[in-house]
Amino acid sequence: MYIIVVGGGKVGYYLAKELVEEGHEVLVIEKDSTKAERIAEELGDISLWGDGCEASTMEMAGFGRADMVIAVTGDDEDNLVACQVAKAKFNVPRAVARINNPKNEEIFKKLGIDTTVSATAAILAQIEQEIPTHPLVPLLRLKGGGLEIVEVKVPVNAAVVGRRIDDILLPPQSIVALVIDKEGEPRVPNTDTVVQGGDEVVAVTRTENEDALRSAFTSAAASGSKGSKDKKR
Amino acid sequence: MLDREGQEVTILDLDPDAFRRLPTDFGGQRHVGNGIDQEVLSRIGVGEADAFVVVTQGDNRNVMAAQMAKHIFGVPRVVCRIYDPIREELYHKLGLETISPTKVGASLLKEALEREPASRGSGD
Repeated sequence: MYIIVVGGGKVGYYLAKELVEEGHEVLVIEKDSTKAERIAEELGDISLWGDGCEASTMEMAGFGRADMVIAVTGDDEDNLVACQVAKAKFNVPRAVARINNPKNEEIFKKLGIDTTVSATAAILAQIEQEIPTHPLVPLLRLKGGGLEIVEVKVPVNAAVVGRRIDDILLPPQSIVALVIDKEGEPRVPNTDTVVQGGDEVVAVTRTENEDALRSAFTSAAASGSKGSKDKKR
Repeated sequence: MLDREGQEVTILDLDPDAFRRLPTDFGGQRHVGNGIDQEVLSRIGVGEADAFVVVTQGDNRNVMAAQMAKHIFGVPRVVCRIYDPIREELYHKLGLETISPTKVGASLLKEALEREPASRGSGD
């Protein structure tokens, strides 16, 4: 894929580095000439010095053939405009914007940018993930359809421990996509996959069925030892 | 100008010093805050405004604030300044009411240039 990264700060730099390692064709656009040069020195000839919202720079960068644009500058308004122009003027199929103010997620969605990434929101989610009373983490809301991808950590005393995925009663329109074991090894489950305590289950569900899905994987076994949620690590 | 016409005007600026240049008889409200923060816009009453004009020095900030006023707060008239003529054209096509001072200024200058030979001719 040809991926254009707008913004060559810390986020842009490490993002570009990872994407290059994954074998993608990457171009980073950075306003600051020193930063642009540093990227070129360290990651090879993949940086362009210029304003990623300016049409002439965008044309030079080849937005017209980009498969994806990821705008990760420190300013939400710049990320918004880079993505909107990429979509409206250059028909880039996918545009992802970094947002700093988590409240802008909804605003960006209303303004046509469906995929946003917020470090603030991610940290909040991480905190929620660590709190045992809230083991379900929404990973991604799919646009429009009311579906989302969520992650549930299975407590060791959950009723589902030792059961086959196929035998677990899930809420309507829910499917288990991935089971990640304690060692961090992800598996795509088949009907015989057995859920273990400490597994992380990644599932697709309807937003309104989130709670039902969570209790399906986290409700304690009736005879199970009560309450003692073993801390891993 | 709008204030003198008797309109109810509210000004929002990031920099409290910016208000110093307002005429002493300015009767409208002044607020300090970020114009692309939904909470700020809501607090100063953008939801009840009949018109919203955004003229910061940053094109992208103007574009974002204008779109928020129009699509989030439903302000009936929104006018947005965009210096970059290409971006201005694009957002105009996308339905924003936009003005590019660069474009307007250039055409005024061009008109002045084109007028000159005539006036020089008449002066001779």
